[in-house]
Amino acid sequence: MDVLDLSRWQFGITTVYHFIFVPLTIGMALLVASMQTAWHRTGNETYLRMTKFFGKLFLINFAMGVVTGIVQEFQFGMNWSDYSRFVGDIFGAPLAMEGLLAFFLESTFLGLWIFGWNRLSPRLHLATIWLAAIGTTLSAYFILAANSWMQHPVGYRINPETNRAELTDIWAVLTNSTTLVTFPHVLFGAFITAAGFLIGVSAWHLARGREVPLFRKAMRIGLAVSLASGIAVAATGDIQARLMTEQQPMKMAAAEALYETSAPASFSLFTLGTPDGSEELWSLRVPNVLSFMATGDFNGSVEGINDLQKEYVAKYGPGDYRPSIPVTYWTFRLMIGFGALASLLALVGLWLTRKGRTPNSRWFYRAALAAMALPFLANAAGWIFTEMGRQPWSVYGVLRTAASVSPGVDVTTVAISLGAFTIVYAVLAAITAVIMARHAKAGPPDLTAQKEAADPTIPALTY
Amino acid sequence: MELTTVWFVLIGVLWTGYFVLEGFDFGVGVLLPILGRDNVDRRIMINAIGPVWDGNEVWLLVAGGATFAAFPEWYATLFSGFYLPLLLILLALIIRGVAFEFRGKHDSDRWRRGWDQAIFWGSLLPAFLWGVAFGNIVAGVPINAQHIYTGNLFTLLNPYALLGGLVTLGLFLLHGAVFLSLKTGGDLRARARTLALRISPAVVAVAAAFLVITQIMHGKPLTWATTALAAGALIGGVVAAVRGREGWAFAGTAITIVLATATLFLDLWPNVMPSSTSALYSLTVTNAASSPYTLKVMTWVAAIFTPVVLGYQAWTYWVFRKRLTRTPAAQ
Repeated sequence: MDVLDLSRWQFGITTVYHFIFVPLTIGMALLVASMQTAWHRTGNETYLRMTKFFGKLFLINFAMGVVTGIVQEFQFGMNWSDYSRFVGDIFGAPLAMEGLLAFFLESTFLGLWIFGWNRLSPRLHLATIWLAAIGTTLSAYFILAANSWMQHPVGYRINPETNRAELTDIWAVLTNSTTLVTFPHVLFGAFITAAGFLIGVSAWHLARGREVPLFRKAMRIGLAVSLASGIAVAATGDIQARLMTEQQPMKMAAAEALYETSAPASFSLFTLGTPDGSEELWSLRVPNVLSFMATGDFNGSVEGINDLQKEYVAKYGPGDYRPSIPVTYWTFRLMIGFGALASLLALVGLWLTRKGRTPNSRWFYRAALAAMALPFLANAAGWIFTEMGRQPWSVYGVLRTAASVSPGVDVTTVAISLGAFTIVYAVLAAITAVIMARHAKAGPPDLTAQKEAADPTIPALTY
Repeated sequence: MELTTVWFVLIGVLWTGYFVLEGFDFGVGVLLPILGRDNVDRRIMINAIGPVWDGNEVWLLVAGGATFAAFPEWYATLFSGFYLPLLLILLALIIRGVAFEFRGKHDSDRWRRGWDQAIFWGSLLPAFLWGVAFGNIVAGVPINAQHIYTGNLFTLLNPYALLGGLVTLGLFLLHGAVFLSLKTGGDLRARARTLALRISPAVVAVAAAFLVITQIMHGKPLTWATTALAAGALIGGVVAAVRGREGWAFAGTAITIVLATATLFLDLWPNVMPSSTSALYSLTVTNAASSPYTLKVMTWVAAIFTPVVLGYQAWTYWVFRKRLTRTPAAQ
């Protein structure tokens, strides 16, 4: 392995890991804020206990999201310094805006929320969690604007003197068509993640008959949010697919492992092929679906990898412009499949809990608990798909990944850092999982006991 | 004023803000096992920085992001060049950040003691290493014509930079101790004050040595003034601490950090990363900067949103202005 491979592994591991926590943070911030709003509006203490219970789980997760996010801010410079030099003029702007507009907002107001239960008026205290929630959402917008520019660079020119990309239109970058559709896709994906978390935790307690009114309510919130967001994710994903066909045709062809241009093109649900993915042995296909996904027309023509490779060579010069086909093919299916399963579960759950019913089915609770993993897997698969599908480019059509890596950093250094992050992250994952599970199982707090312990040195959600 | 100058100043301000704010929470973190005699002490100490430490750390992220946006060459050279120290800082900040959140999540002394160790090392390492990093930036490091750092880890561990590390560590410790004496009560407050006074001669000595060496080797006429004022503020802070004027003592250490950071940035100007290989290869505010358009956009963003951020961060400190003391229930 060389510096490039190791740097790619490090970026992949640290980013996918970071994105375990981020969607849960974004979704939970909104859900917890909504629970607290419900309490504020109705005065119903069930909602307050729900807020405090899920709020605590949210904070454990938030801490992990924050600390793993610090690495993201600096590793472009550490491992991808040539990338940073080339695109900093454009890419740095949304990153700096994210820090100034989003990070300050979420961290400051979350600090106020955690420690402000007894110090701020209820209305002001409610405002702090909403501001923190807005911060997390803004953060997603800016970082997606930065990523979308890598997928579909706009609003720039290449300065022939410096051979660097330079920003010419910030508005074009912030309203990039790719950003506008990716942002809701990721946001609703985050809501599904948080909703799945609510459903799973509630299922665990309902299966044991604990706190039934509270957890039935929490589960209904989760189910409704999950289903509604599932529909929104599918709708935005559909728009994304067409945009991707237009902007990165190779990625769409790779998503289907479509080697020859076809009209109409079928979509394979499952394929067995040779290990390198170049030949198909057996597949289960749905006719015309790929044509529809890619073009919006059931008989539309979808360009194949071989034709595109020729086109790219003509356009960009000699080189291999094919991403890893097995990775793109499978992650695309896993993303859709896991997402669809989560929606299916939500549908079943809504049916089982209709009109005040509480399900009495062990398998449903087990499924709901296991299904907590689905949105996380779908998120990871989606990101691996979109990033791996863009290869060999780091900025599509403009800068290759191989030309992005830090020239002054040696293999040993990156190996040390990759090893250190992997070990530390693995240990933290284990600790987080244990703490999360323990606090999730402990159930909602007893409010009368908390009032007695109203000690100024110990905030409601104490460190 | 040219926009490259504006952004040089802004990035200086962001680092200054970071050191002043995270400086005291690093200090508190290092003092945790030293001043915290029991779990109540330690909990009070952590809660004293609890509502604000995360917001303080954002100053670092914004400094990083702003450097990326305004001076991409600087961002690229600095963080790829100072790779391993930065890696250590990142790992320390990760462990420290989760430690604050995790230590109270399981009721066991061993568990808490483990995370207290994490907070201690997670605060000590960055407090020391940021000084090492800035010592190297000001003194200059080997950088070639392509703006690539050509030294190794040991190049960075030179005596001057290590002295810089001691200065930041010492200043942050003092700053943290003074902060604790301002924010806590009773026995803890008295011990924090005693400790501040006990370490202050050493802190004054290393800080003075570092600033004088810096002035002689890299100084400008103007930095004589900031150096002298920094020394004055530090001594003033110590005197205030002796007299039990905790607010003034904290202002003194804060101003010292502001002036010391300002001195380093003034020494640096118009370079952002001088090359010790050849002055021709130095990164400057001109050759490391983004395009004028990007700088203009970012200037507008900063001009609009920085006051808002400063406003609500200041309000947070106002909300949590009360001293934290032991209550009968916690005894």
